[in-house]
Amino acid sequence: MKKRSLFIIIAGILGFIFLYAPIVSLVIFSFNESKLVTVWGGFSTKWYGELLQDPQILGAAWISLKIAFVSATLAIVIGTIAAFVLVRFKRFRTRTLLSGMITAPLVMPEVITGLSLLLLFVAMQGLIGWPAGRGMTTIIISHATFGAAYAAVVIQSRLVDMDLSIEESAADLGAKPVRVFFDITLPVIAPALVSGWLLAFTLSLDDLVIASFVSGPGSSTLPMVIFSKVRLGVTPEINALATIIILIVSVGVIAAALSMQKGKNNNVS
Amino acid sequence: MSEQASITESKPPESKPWIDDTQQPFIRIRNITKKFGEFIAVNNVSLDIYRGELFCLLGGSGCGKSTLLRMLSGFETPTSGAIEIDGQDMAGLAPHARPTNMMFQSYALFPHMSVEKNIAYGLHRDGLKRKEVNQRVSEILTLVQLSDFAKRKPSQLSGGQRQRVALARALVKKPKVLLLDEPLAALDKKLREETQFELVNIQETLGVTFIVVTHDQEEAMTLSTRIGVMNAGEIVQIGEPREIYEYPGSRFVADFIGSVNVFEGQVTEEDTDFVIIRSPEIKADIFVSHGVSCTSNQKVAYAIRPEKIRMSLERPKGVKNLLSGTVEEIAYMGNLSVYQVKLATGKIVRVTQPNLVRTDQNSITWEDEVSLTWDGAAGVVLTS
Ligand SMILES: Nc1ncnc2c1ncn2[C@@H]1O[C@H](COP(=O)(O)OP(=O)(O)OP(=O)(O)O)[C@@H](O)[C@H]1O
Ligand SMILES: [Mg+2]
Repeated sequence: MKKRSLFIIIAGILGFIFLYAPIVSLVIFSFNESKLVTVWGGFSTKWYGELLQDPQILGAAWISLKIAFVSATLAIVIGTIAAFVLVRFKRFRTRTLLSGMITAPLVMPEVITGLSLLLLFVAMQGLIGWPAGRGMTTIIISHATFGAAYAAVVIQSRLVDMDLSIEESAADLGAKPVRVFFDITLPVIAPALVSGWLLAFTLSLDDLVIASFVSGPGSSTLPMVIFSKVRLGVTPEINALATIIILIVSVGVIAAALSMQKGKNNNVS
Repeated sequence: MSEQASITESKPPESKPWIDDTQQPFIRIRNITKKFGEFIAVNNVSLDIYRGELFCLLGGSGCGKSTLLRMLSGFETPTSGAIEIDGQDMAGLAPHARPTNMMFQSYALFPHMSVEKNIAYGLHRDGLKRKEVNQRVSEILTLVQLSDFAKRKPSQLSGGQRQRVALARALVKKPKVLLLDEPLAALDKKLREETQFELVNIQETLGVTFIVVTHDQEEAMTLSTRIGVMNAGEIVQIGEPREIYEYPGSRFVADFIGSVNVFEGQVTEEDTDFVIIRSPEIKADIFVSHGVSCTSNQKVAYAIRPEKIRMSLERPKGVKNLLSGTVEEIAYMGNLSVYQVKLATGKIVRVTQPNLVRTDQNSITWEDEVSLTWDGAAGVVLTS
């Protein structure tokens, strides 16, 4: 028994080292004085300073944040509607089929998603003239589509857990359907909306492949800029940037998890 | 049972609108049927409920009680039939527009609102002024003894406390009709009895019409002006508590309400003022001292309550209904004892006797030979 638990502990530690050693070394080297990435030259925050003066990176970061914000918001709206249709319309014939279909974008290789979206945009431009060219709009639309799939899954699980009779009792106490939605349904599923939004936001910030397919001139996102810079050689500046991104992403993920957890605890009706 | 029925029994006869032909029913349920796919949850139920009644729907699990309430409050559409409340047809009326309030079996409290806000919700929907809302909320909180919990969220309450919040939330709107689905199931005995009295009080002071679902027959006896016994989606009998208990119309009702001994038999003699039933099960003739609408040779069942059988060690003389057997089992229940007496035929008869004195040395005990006897009017002849 004792032996086994020791084994589990060691295995756990090794696993975490395997997962986090690259990240930790990246964070450490972002504070490296030396310009050579592999040689430690003393502690310094100068690369962070330099980063903040790089207009290309700052511009790309700003674009990425705008895209992430708008697409996550769109994703939540679409995802909520989809989740409602899937959960609430019991007599919806194709429910199981749709339910499976909504999860497809989650497992689809990004290259395929990106390529198919690109083809769609080109075809649409030819047919209806919108979206004119590729740029932020097309990236937002693309990110909103796969973000919506994630959001729908998160919201769906929350809706399934929700006791229908609390909506009924609000109606019974005199609330019209719209009021019921805003007074009862929305607050109850709010944690799922928050975590779905954060999830879509971080996914959008992260995405390189799809964005590369559907972006146009002047709309390079941060991951795209990093990727092209890395190809010319890794600089400590990139390490600093990566550290900041890791920070933002982990805050996002933790907040999403916490808000989901809070919702669970509150769910006793 | 008899002492629990006393609340409603004190009512004068003029407050019994259901025996008065000139009275109009407040709620009319006409041939209501509800099917879920092929499954019939409620089958052709017709029911008249009068203003100010406290009507109990009593029945086993899954017999359609909640479904009937949900049709009254508008959450289920009847497959066929009509519901009328206060002269208004309910067909097509959304739940928020109905003059009913429902307390849900699952309580259905709003998890993100405090106790106070939960209760105030319905009052705000009525557009009441904040001051009046606060006053009514605090009144009802006092009533359900939850004033100290006003600021808590439902997840911070015990089961019984949640139930009281749900009750308060439905009560506070003082609707024309209040539908309560198992309102007291999670309360402890003392609180349940108090709340039962409160319900009766509220009902009498506000004049609200109550329909209460329960599967606790004692509760139905205590609370109601009338009881509707349901079985498999149908109403099998409607009557005042005493009527249901003393004159059950079928074996199901007799069995469901209280405990009962049932003797199968066949009518051997029947006249306008007496009937004799031969029952091979107990190897005796049962004398019934009143006329029964049945025919000679008809198979019937005779139902008699355990408390209506007299038990003695000596064999009484010159009595009509007489059995003898040995005491097999005694269950001491505090206020009374339940005896299981085995007859020579193997049939077990249940007899209850009040425990009149504290220590009863000479009382009947295990293995005693006893005689059982009852009056000709003590039981009921059941033809169905
Ligand atoms: N939405 C539904 N779809 C299908 N069947 C249903 C539905 N609601 C209820 N039923 C069925 O209808 C029957 C009656 O249900 P109902 O909830 O009215 O029972 P009940 O008398 O309230 O029982 P309990 O005392 O357990 O609450 C049950 O057999 C139940 O399975
Ligand atoms: Mg029920």
